Amino acid sequence: MNPVNYLYLAALLFTIGASGVLIRRNAIVVFMCIELMLNACNLSLVAFSRMHGNLDGQIIAFFTMVVAAAEVVVGLAIIVSLFRSRHSASVDDASLMKL
Amino acid sequence: MDNAENLIALLVAAPLLGAVVLLLGGRRLDRTGHWVGTALAGASFVVAVVLFTEMLGRPGDDRTLYQHLFSWIPVGGFQADVAFQLDQLSMTFVLLITGVGSLIHLYSVGYMEHDERRRRFFGYLNLFLAAMLLLVLADNYLLLYVGWEGVGLASYLLIGFWQHKPSAATAAKKAFLVNRVGDMGLSLAIMVMFTTFGTFAFGPVLDSTGSASEGTLTALGLLLLLAACGKSAQVPLQSWLGDAMEGPTPVSALIHAATMVTAGVYLITRSGAIFDAAPAAQLAVVTVGAVTLLFGAIVGCAKDDIKKALAGSTMSQIGYMILAAGLGPVGYAFAIMHLVTHGFFKAGLFLGAGSVMHGMNDEVDMRRYGGLRRYMPITFVTFGLGYLAIIGFPGLSGFFSKDKIIEAAFAKGGTEGWILGGAALLGAAITAFYMTRVMLMTFFGEKRWQPDAKGELPHPHESPRTMTAPMIVLAFGSVFAGGLLSWHESFVKWLEPVTGFDHGHAPLGAAAITTATVAAMVLGVALAYLQYGRRPVPATPPRGSLLTRAARRDLLQDDLNHVVLVRGGEHLTRSLVYVDHSLVDGVVNGTAASFGGLSGRLRKLQNGYARTYAVTMFGGAAVLIAATLLMRAV
Amino acid sequence: MSFPLLTAAAALPALGAIATAAVPAGRRTAAKWLALLVSLGTLALAAVIAVRFEPGGERYQLTESHAWIADFGVRYELGVDGIAVALIALTAVLIPFIILAGWNDADPAPDAAPGLGGAAPGSGGTPAGAKHYRWRPTQGFFALILSVEAMVILSFEATDVFLFYILFEAMLIPMYFLIGGFGDRAHAGSDEHAAAQRSYAAVKFLLYNLVGGLIMLAAVIGLYVVAGNFSLTEIAAARADGTLEMAATIERLLFLGFFFAFAVKAPLWPLHTWLPNAMGESTAPVAVLITAVVDKVGTFAMLRFCLGLFPEASAWATPVILGLALVSIVYGALLAVGQRDIKRLIAYASISHFGFIVMGIFAMTTQGQSGSTLYMVNHGISTAALMLVAGFLISRRGSRLIADYGGVQKVAPVLAGTFLIGGLATLSLPGLAPFVSEFLVLVGTFTRYPVVGVIATLGIVLAALYTLVLYQRTMTGPVKEEVRTLPDLRLRELVVVTPLIALLIFLGVYPKPLTDIVNPAVEHTMSDVRQKDPRPEVEAAQ
Repeated sequence: MNPVNYLYLAALLFTIGASGVLIRRNAIVVFMCIELMLNACNLSLVAFSRMHGNLDGQIIAFFTMVVAAAEVVVGLAIIVSLFRSRHSASVDDASLMKL
Repeated sequence: MDNAENLIALLVAAPLLGAVVLLLGGRRLDRTGHWVGTALAGASFVVAVVLFTEMLGRPGDDRTLYQHLFSWIPVGGFQADVAFQLDQLSMTFVLLITGVGSLIHLYSVGYMEHDERRRRFFGYLNLFLAAMLLLVLADNYLLLYVGWEGVGLASYLLIGFWQHKPSAATAAKKAFLVNRVGDMGLSLAIMVMFTTFGTFAFGPVLDSTGSASEGTLTALGLLLLLAACGKSAQVPLQSWLGDAMEGPTPVSALIHAATMVTAGVYLITRSGAIFDAAPAAQLAVVTVGAVTLLFGAIVGCAKDDIKKALAGSTMSQIGYMILAAGLGPVGYAFAIMHLVTHGFFKAGLFLGAGSVMHGMNDEVDMRRYGGLRRYMPITFVTFGLGYLAIIGFPGLSGFFSKDKIIEAAFAKGGTEGWILGGAALLGAAITAFYMTRVMLMTFFGEKRWQPDAKGELPHPHESPRTMTAPMIVLAFGSVFAGGLLSWHESFVKWLEPVTGFDHGHAPLGAAAITTATVAAMVLGVALAYLQYGRRPVPATPPRGSLLTRAARRDLLQDDLNHVVLVRGGEHLTRSLVYVDHSLVDGVVNGTAASFGGLSGRLRKLQNGYARTYAVTMFGGAAVLIAATLLMRAV
Repeated sequence: MSFPLLTAAAALPALGAIATAAVPAGRRTAAKWLALLVSLGTLALAAVIAVRFEPGGERYQLTESHAWIADFGVRYELGVDGIAVALIALTAVLIPFIILAGWNDADPAPDAAPGLGGAAPGSGGTPAGAKHYRWRPTQGFFALILSVEAMVILSFEATDVFLFYILFEAMLIPMYFLIGGFGDRAHAGSDEHAAAQRSYAAVKFLLYNLVGGLIMLAAVIGLYVVAGNFSLTEIAAARADGTLEMAATIERLLFLGFFFAFAVKAPLWPLHTWLPNAMGESTAPVAVLITAVVDKVGTFAMLRFCLGLFPEASAWATPVILGLALVSIVYGALLAVGQRDIKRLIAYASISHFGFIVMGIFAMTTQGQSGSTLYMVNHGISTAALMLVAGFLISRRGSRLIADYGGVQKVAPVLAGTFLIGGLATLSLPGLAPFVSEFLVLVGTFTRYPVVGVIATLGIVLAALYTLVLYQRTMTGPVKEEVRTLPDLRLRELVVVTPLIALLIFLGVYPKPLTDIVNPAVEHTMSDVRQKDPRPEVEAAQ
């Protein structure tokens, strides 16, 4: 099989996700974009798995999903508490970690 | 006595014990301390006499006693021992030091009676005796050096005894510093000895001078001369002695007249073998001696402070001794003989001066004395005998010893002999002049007494018996010591096994030289009488000639030191402090500052925006990927 | 297996430090007594080491060796030679006096003034009250001192280069807190100014020594690459019998790496500027700890590591090092003359003295190296005596400036007397211990390098100058109004000063016990560098 189309799609998704992370200020959107990037990686993993005919890639994709789920739990908790304290979900408002 | 040598350590130990007890004893000893100190000094003198009789009982070439106490610093080839050597030369010094020392202890009991720190004064005096005895008893140069600096310390403590007077504290510091310059010479000399001979004990070094090069010996001689100049206040290191008169008068008598300042003469005589083999060094020694004997005498003529006039005289008389010691075996014995007689009459003169000050409310300016002979008869007589001795009145001590030195100087031969002999003769005339001046201004003429700081006119009175007794004993010494020592050349024969002896041949007969010496003396006395005896002495010093004014300022030596050393030193240290702060530290601080600036710029990258960090991350990833691809392609 | 005496001598103060730190806040006095007892116990152990050590025996004795980080060949290897025994004894002797002298230095001031005697450097603020915050400066102070003692003793014992390096660096940490956290209360400016000065001094101390240590770390790693292990004895033996060849360039670079670190610590000109700051800003006992104890590790390491590991490179660098030492001697003394602050004056005097020590080490003669070892011991004692008395004086009047004093000897004669003896020791008066060592160093240098010896002798005149000027300005002259009420030395202070002075006199009159221990070790070092004393020019008649 030819994985090229899958890879193009994965690259496209990754790029959309990356630009979203860089451009958007809303923490929720940034968060979703990160998920998009993760899923782009998952897509290419699955595609390669199919191409090579073994299950390694799919197993790693499952791991990624588990990690992503855990990340959602922690990340959303942070965003919620940030929103509570600052009444804003903008990532630029949380810029205290500097010298 | 079989084990006489075991007594040697006792000589040093007795006064050392006194110093320790008195300085650590605390106030309990305030009432008895001075007697403890005097008794221990006396004990040392008794031991010295016992050893002396023991020594006399032996044949002339077997009189040296040795005592080895313990190994002091053993490191490889460097073996320093604490060991004593008592030969005829040391014995002479030991008797002088303990004898005059004990007398002056006795004198101080009366002189320091009203000082609340008398106990400490006696502690320091005992410390001085111990150090001075160590100096003359040591059997190697390093132990001698210990005594050498030890007497410097005692001198420092005693000059500055009245520390609350800034002038005394400054004088003490100056004395120690100038002496340190001399000490540098001695320590370098020891280093040269160790490098050359592998040892610095008297015996081995002095016996093997024949195998060392003349250059080395000349260097050694000059270094030892530097040391002697410091301790004995010889030009160019003489400036401290005048200021040292800030100390109590007994100190001036003991340390700065009779004993410590003669240590330089001892050093040169002791190291005779080195100088004999180094004519250039000997020439330097006689030059220093001749220059100083004139220098001191000229300074002595101009001073109005009685102690400073006597200090100038001390300098000058030691100049005679150094001159004699520089002449080699012809002069060693006479140098030491003059040293002994000088020890008597100069100590007597200082004690007399102290007695006068005691009666005159501590006034030191001779222009405010006058006519004291009727009020202080004993002081007048003893001082007068000392005066006659120092100017070389025929038959008294100074006559015998000084005459021999002048004779030996002429015997040097050639132009040198004439110059040295002439200088010594001239010195004798000036000596007679300034001593007559002191005598006339103090004891004769009108009363010129002035009220002291409290507004009281002085009531001159004779001093207590503890003070007059030592003066009388010393006066006896001033009169008879010279004759006794020259009787059948007894002193020369006594010292000959140690220093050697050599009859010089003067270009003039001995009688001619003696006549010239006496004539010079009479001339000096007559001139002084014309100026100070016939005419009244003005209470304020006249402006005086250029020479007088320069002599009052110690012939500008201090001014020179001040401009060259003090000012120059101050500028140097101040600029170095600046350099240390701004240059050495500045380089380091500059490095730190540039790192600080760099980090200040770099930290702007840390702006807190999560998105900026993300860009950096992506950028980094992109660079990594590009690099990987590039590597693949290549 | 015998009792690990060397480990015990370091472990006791280490455990003591922990125990002292754990004493509750309210029981300050108990902490002080505990620290004092521990330091005395360490002194007893040091005495046992000195007795058990046989001067004529093996080079390194009482050895212990255990695997530590096996993968890198790092071992916990201890052993002492005569030089180390002398310095361990010095450390163990001085620490009880330092503790006793600093008895009240770290107590919180009665009005609990912030920043004085307790706050961490740079923290600026302090607790609102001791109630809310378990503030225990006294415990900390003594625990830090004991921990420094433990590390210094262990570094004298270490024969493993890596172990030594770790201790060399680790002792900076407690020193940093001692300098920065417990400053001198006698400060001219405001509290904030004082805190800033102190912080500057502590950071400067740390940075200088860290940079030195970092360069040394590179050299340590380089040594491992070349030699394959860290054992001083093995490497030195391999170098001696030729099984370990080193290219000249590599040896020189490694030598320089080690030497730089030691020269910072010693301190040698021009790496000295941290010392006056550190000694000026810290309390007198801590200043003694710096110059009399910790700095000795630097000069000790030059003798043991620089000469032992890199003999050829040492010979190669000698001219430059002698030059630097000479500059240190004269420069330090001249700057001491120009100081207005008593403690900084003593610091510059120490720089001059360290110049002598380094000069003696690199003169490569028996006299020079024995003299240097003795110098380390004697300088420790004499500086301790002078500095501690100066500290007592400063704590009475509350000023470090020389100009604020005058006529003290009239009011406090015992204080002035002990100060004078300390000063006389500093100017190497014969009869006191420093004379023996200084003269040995000078003679040892002169036999090989006469010109260097002559210039260094100038140092003895300058030493007299700065000491006597200091004494004259502070102690003599008319009594100043402000010093009129100063009390004389108290019993505790006398207990500190008297034994030190007794030691100075004893070691000046009879240094043989010390030279007997040191001489064999120096002969080993001389054979390490393959040098022999120059022979006298002529054979003296016996």
